[in-house]
Amino acid sequence: MSTTTTVLAAVGQLALLVTLLGAAHAPFGAYMARVYSSPRHLRGERLWYRLVRVDPDVEQHWRTYALSLLGFSLVSVLALFGLGRLQGHLPGNLGFPGLDPAGAWNSAVSFTTNTNWQWYSGEQTAGHLLQMAGFAVQNFLSAAVGMSVAIALVRGFARSGTDARIGNFWTDLTRSVVRILLPISIVATLVLVANGVVQNLDPHSAVTTLTGDTQHVVGGPVASQEAIKELGTNGGGFFNANSAHPFENPNPVTNLVEIFLLLLIPMTLPRTFGLLVGDRRQGWAILGVMATLWASAVALTTWSEVAGPGTVPQLAGAAMEGKETRFGPATSALFAASTTGTSTGAVNSMHDSFTAPGGGVALFDMLLGEVAPGGVGAGLYGMLVLAVVAVFVAGLMVGRTPEYLGKKIGRGEMTLVAFFVLTTPAIVLVGTAVSVSVAPGLLGIQEPGPHGLSEVLYAFASAGNNNGSAFAGLSTGTPYYNTMLGLAMLAGRFVPIVLVLALAGRLASQRTVPASVGTLPTHQPLFAGLVAVVAIVVVGLTFVPVLSLGPVVEALS
Amino acid sequence: MTQSQAVTATARRATGASLTRHALTGLRVLLAFTLLVGVAYPLAMTGASQLLFGWRADGSLVRADGSPTRDRSEAVGSALLSQSFEGPEWFRSRPSAAGDGFDPLSSGGTNLGPESPELVGSVRELRAEVAATEGVDVFDVPADAVTSSASGLDPHISPAYAELQVPRVARARGLPEEVVRELVADHSAGRSLGVLGDPRVDVLGLNIALDRSGRTIGG
Repeated sequence: MSTTTTVLAAVGQLALLVTLLGAAHAPFGAYMARVYSSPRHLRGERLWYRLVRVDPDVEQHWRTYALSLLGFSLVSVLALFGLGRLQGHLPGNLGFPGLDPAGAWNSAVSFTTNTNWQWYSGEQTAGHLLQMAGFAVQNFLSAAVGMSVAIALVRGFARSGTDARIGNFWTDLTRSVVRILLPISIVATLVLVANGVVQNLDPHSAVTTLTGDTQHVVGGPVASQEAIKELGTNGGGFFNANSAHPFENPNPVTNLVEIFLLLLIPMTLPRTFGLLVGDRRQGWAILGVMATLWASAVALTTWSEVAGPGTVPQLAGAAMEGKETRFGPATSALFAASTTGTSTGAVNSMHDSFTAPGGGVALFDMLLGEVAPGGVGAGLYGMLVLAVVAVFVAGLMVGRTPEYLGKKIGRGEMTLVAFFVLTTPAIVLVGTAVSVSVAPGLLGIQEPGPHGLSEVLYAFASAGNNNGSAFAGLSTGTPYYNTMLGLAMLAGRFVPIVLVLALAGRLASQRTVPASVGTLPTHQPLFAGLVAVVAIVVVGLTFVPVLSLGPVVEALS
Repeated sequence: MTQSQAVTATARRATGASLTRHALTGLRVLLAFTLLVGVAYPLAMTGASQLLFGWRADGSLVRADGSPTRDRSEAVGSALLSQSFEGPEWFRSRPSAAGDGFDPLSSGGTNLGPESPELVGSVRELRAEVAATEGVDVFDVPADAVTSSASGLDPHISPAYAELQVPRVARARGLPEEVVRELVADHSAGRSLGVLGDPRVDVLGLNIALDRSGRTIGG
């Protein structure tokens, strides 16, 4: 098999994926804009609001919106913690006991924060009930929370002088699930099952193999969870091997469907944003930045995995360690760049065994902080914050008050933005530094040296950015890592969300000022380039020291 | 308590009470969603999948003669999960790091990095072993033969690794190499739609077909 064929196939695969995403872009973006701006409720929704006793038409102040979101997330964590602890006493547990307190805490936080970091292996720990009624429920809801926050921020830009009112959390949440996530998941489930993903309620039971051995065939409602796991950029695998498992991702067609699902909402929300702020070109600029960062990551990872530098790939003849034959290096690289770029954390190959540059790109993608193109919702609000930083920087250069989409970016706005930008790096760096300094942290490292530091950095980058993918070499199922990474996920999710909602409130109360000749146009390639540079420089300056000690040393050695 | 402290305390109590109120609403919403997307959705999907795509939904199980079945007691395995094949008469699967090997209760890879001394050692060892088994030079051993897959359950091998094993399997089974090569071709797949994934050979399907053809020839 020649390298030329491999590269041509990789380009063809990418072209097919981009075509599918492109075809969905305009209609689906317009659909989502209608979902979040329509004053009308579906008949079923009205019944639903009466049942849960909320008034869907109340416009909430940003503080009320944030309290609703935090109150909801709090009960979500507690309920999932309880379900995990009590698993042993509930039906549908396949005989598995309840989770230990640190493990239950970690998983509860992990799924509620859309991280889906997994310290456990699904087939040995979680029964069907916990997967369906626990984990998969948060796959829907945490995704819906992310989308709601993004839309709230967009409303902040779109509205003028509204007394900090930015929508209704319960309505945004409900519509995200009922009108967007659930219908697509239903179609996706059937497509996946038709192509071989399993969907049953069977236990894991033994069969006698062709040569007379015993092998367990595992069962479960896998496809229904796989669909929302990708669509909601969650990433928590039903099985330990995640989307590398043949029951979750049996062939290159299901693989393409899964990559499509995980890019669909993040890549389309910029369109929705453009429509809601009344200028589609603004959406193109944001999409341009996201797509450029994503495409660069795809290209770099593919080049590295196909070329296969490093001792093991050179010795074996190709970078096939931790990869499935049906996917091979190129298709594994496409999935890897897409999953880390969307902060999904699903994997169809083991990133810990990637070549040093390939693993480095995956790590860099996460450190970028959910913007290439980022998780559902989180990608858009992360990118809009970076756009604010970019207009601020440009404003400093020309010496006038920066404005974005007709809103002045003053001291109050920039304070919130600065805290947002600093939150995740602080979590990642402090968490890593503490863990390589204390005994329980050092105990988990599989390979001491630079790769060990990369493992710890990857873990905290993954948790702090709510990504969830792992350099699985690190033994993270310990009480120490379960507790620490749980805290990292919690802070990495909700601190930025509250800051974004506060920003949305401030922007919504401002009156929109008309653009003047001195206004920096924010829909042109120049501005998109500036945003991309801001994203890379912010990450670069923050993480260069620790990256030098980990992946860079490894790549040079 | 000064007046401003009192005001702050009242505000804090109000926020606290308000969070409780929001959490109670949240609890109702969570319960309703759990019923909708945590119970109704997966069960309805299971029902529909079982009805429409029963064999696939149950894990693509096959009998010893290669025919599909949904009954685990009749099955020799799943067309999607690799098994351990050791004798000279079988096409071998890729190395597996799932549990003690090929254990679906413990799916996963080695997670060893590209510079790991442990992995370098095991690749070198496997390469020598495969070369000796197939009677070829170590440089002719393909990568998938000496590396563990991501899931440990990879049901496929590369066309190169299949071709490498043809002479040995043919010899052990007393079959002409062309017959074995034809069976390999029958169980090979190229890239889906010409561009998706990588070319591959289905090991379990191939071994089942070998068993059947042996039986036909032997009478």
